[in-house]
Amino acid sequence: MSRPYPAKVVTANRLIEGDNVWLTEDDRWSLVLSEAEYIDDEAHADIRLLFAQAQRNLVVGAYLADVKKGPTGPEPVHFREAFRTRGPSNYAHGKQVEPAN
Amino acid sequence: MYSYSDFDHGFVQERVAQFRAQVARRIDGSLTEDEFRPLRLMNGLYLQLHAYLLRVAVPYGTLNPSQMRQLAYIADRWDKGYGHFTTRQNIQFNWPKLPDVPDILQALADVEMHAIQTSGNTIRNVTADHFAGAAADEIEDPRPVAELLRQWSTDHPEFQFLPRKFKIAITGSPNDRAVTRAHDIGLRMVRNAVGEPGFEVVVGGGLGRTPMIGKVIRDFLPKADLLPYVEAIVSVWNLLGRRDNKYKARIKITVHEHGIDDIRARVDARFDQIRGQFAGIDQQMLTQIEAQFTPPVYVAKPTAGYDAARAANPAFRSWSDTNLSAHKADGYAVVSVSIKKQGATPGDASSDQMRVLADLAETYGHSELRISHEQNVILPHVHKSDLAAVYQALRAADLATANIGLISDIIACPGMDYCALATARSIPVAQEIAQRFDDLKLEHDIGPLKIKISGCINACGHHHVGHIGILGLDRAGVENYQITLGGDHTEDAVIGEKTGPGFSYEGVTDAIERIVMTYLDLRLSRDEHFLAAFKRLGAAPFKAALYPEAAAHAAE
Repeated sequence: MSRPYPAKVVTANRLIEGDNVWLTEDDRWSLVLSEAEYIDDEAHADIRLLFAQAQRNLVVGAYLADVKKGPTGPEPVHFREAFRTRGPSNYAHGKQVEPAN
Repeated sequence: MYSYSDFDHGFVQERVAQFRAQVARRIDGSLTEDEFRPLRLMNGLYLQLHAYLLRVAVPYGTLNPSQMRQLAYIADRWDKGYGHFTTRQNIQFNWPKLPDVPDILQALADVEMHAIQTSGNTIRNVTADHFAGAAADEIEDPRPVAELLRQWSTDHPEFQFLPRKFKIAITGSPNDRAVTRAHDIGLRMVRNAVGEPGFEVVVGGGLGRTPMIGKVIRDFLPKADLLPYVEAIVSVWNLLGRRDNKYKARIKITVHEHGIDDIRARVDARFDQIRGQFAGIDQQMLTQIEAQFTPPVYVAKPTAGYDAARAANPAFRSWSDTNLSAHKADGYAVVSVSIKKQGATPGDASSDQMRVLADLAETYGHSELRISHEQNVILPHVHKSDLAAVYQALRAADLATANIGLISDIIACPGMDYCALATARSIPVAQEIAQRFDDLKLEHDIGPLKIKISGCINACGHHHVGHIGILGLDRAGVENYQITLGGDHTEDAVIGEKTGPGFSYEGVTDAIERIVMTYLDLRLSRDEHFLAAFKRLGAAPFKAALYPEAAAHAAE
């Protein structure tokens, strides 16, 4: 039996603003990880990544990031991805203070 | 200091116009990211963890007040009201938006600044002794040579696609404050037997994943030979350097693999070939540049007020004990302004602080400012009679921290709070260590001690040459901090030695405290500073303090 596929989200940076976004099931780029499409199938992940990479005038550097299922949606597994949902730890800047719009 | 020629103005303006058009074409979709990335990197624009980052060159760390005010304006208008001074004497803005960057570059060009060659596989901003032109121990101001190197290296057609980035540092003093031995080329001014100034040329130094102390390729190079000789070095490496593996591409690996004698022979051969092409134009240019670096007109005034202020105000006395260095002119001092208040982010200055520093430089400092690789700001020429007024103004701007060279004067790279390459955070580690020793009120008792922190093996935080170095790593998805001891960034440069297993994010400050307490217990006197005590004692007592269980097992 093959090992279960570690769940993923598609994430990138917005071209204009440079901030972090996550791909939703209805093809939007959300500023909030919990709204992202939770992907637990490898073939589907590949298709979604290709879709993201084709959106070259909206986002830059799309990749698949590991997530786990949380009560309100996908949650980061690695601390780097957790920082990307928040912003820097030395100032209240970035996502931890900016409204998700 | 140097003012742009018509050529410089035209060149920088043209680059701004080009980049404006490139950004427009990226936004309208005519350029892909793959096509655009090298163009933005040529102009210092990175995409980092949370946003774009613009790295602006501060050539050899020198700024005038109007430039500093313009940096403050940029911070307020297009960023979040602050800038981050880096270990390469640059300033970084952490939050620009792509469409604004051409306007930022225009604002920089308006004050004779740019972000050219602050990224990419080119010759980067030449760094210099931050006390250049002022230090008592200086043979000559190295900045005219640094400016000559800047002009020569900017857009040099042979050196736009080097195997990897290339960094040059220069000092005019025998006491090396510019970390020349950890650069691709280090230039240290020395005198020959008949007293003429020239350069000791060091090649193949560098930190990063394979730290190397540079090797002397020439004991004494006459000043007139400098440019052709440096060009010969870069030229030899450009052909020889490994383009097959970016981790082996830096000149330190080339020197290591071929040996310094082989490299020296190749450089000498190349030098003989090209020396004739430098038919004195470089020296004419140097003479013109030197004319723009005339020392300030020093004044002779009594310094009794300074002595009286020291006697009357213990806080001023403490600050002047710590933050002043010897100046070459009578009655003057070099002021290091700490932007490392305990608990604050090392190297960050708010726009208000930048404006205060610009005003102070204008009023009291012959309109000169420097950025140090240790991420502080220098007022290089302040008369002692003005120091009390300078101190009061710094206090009002929260810039009077008396900690230069002490344990809270920590170098820290941006780490994983900003940097896309980082494997762990650096800034909060620096903040916590600085705060801990401030709370313990031990900082001044501990004395000179340099802690340097990097958030990945690329070593922007110079951790290898810290008396205590801290390297943040990702160990199985958890931040882990490896400690090195005994590093030295001076002319006696040494790579620090690893103590053993790393420490958790939560445990690293305690580990540093154990090291420092061990030092305080074992030093012969207050005059035996940390590095000297480490050299005498070796790593063993510090390791025993860090890993008590291992020490206990060994004793069984």
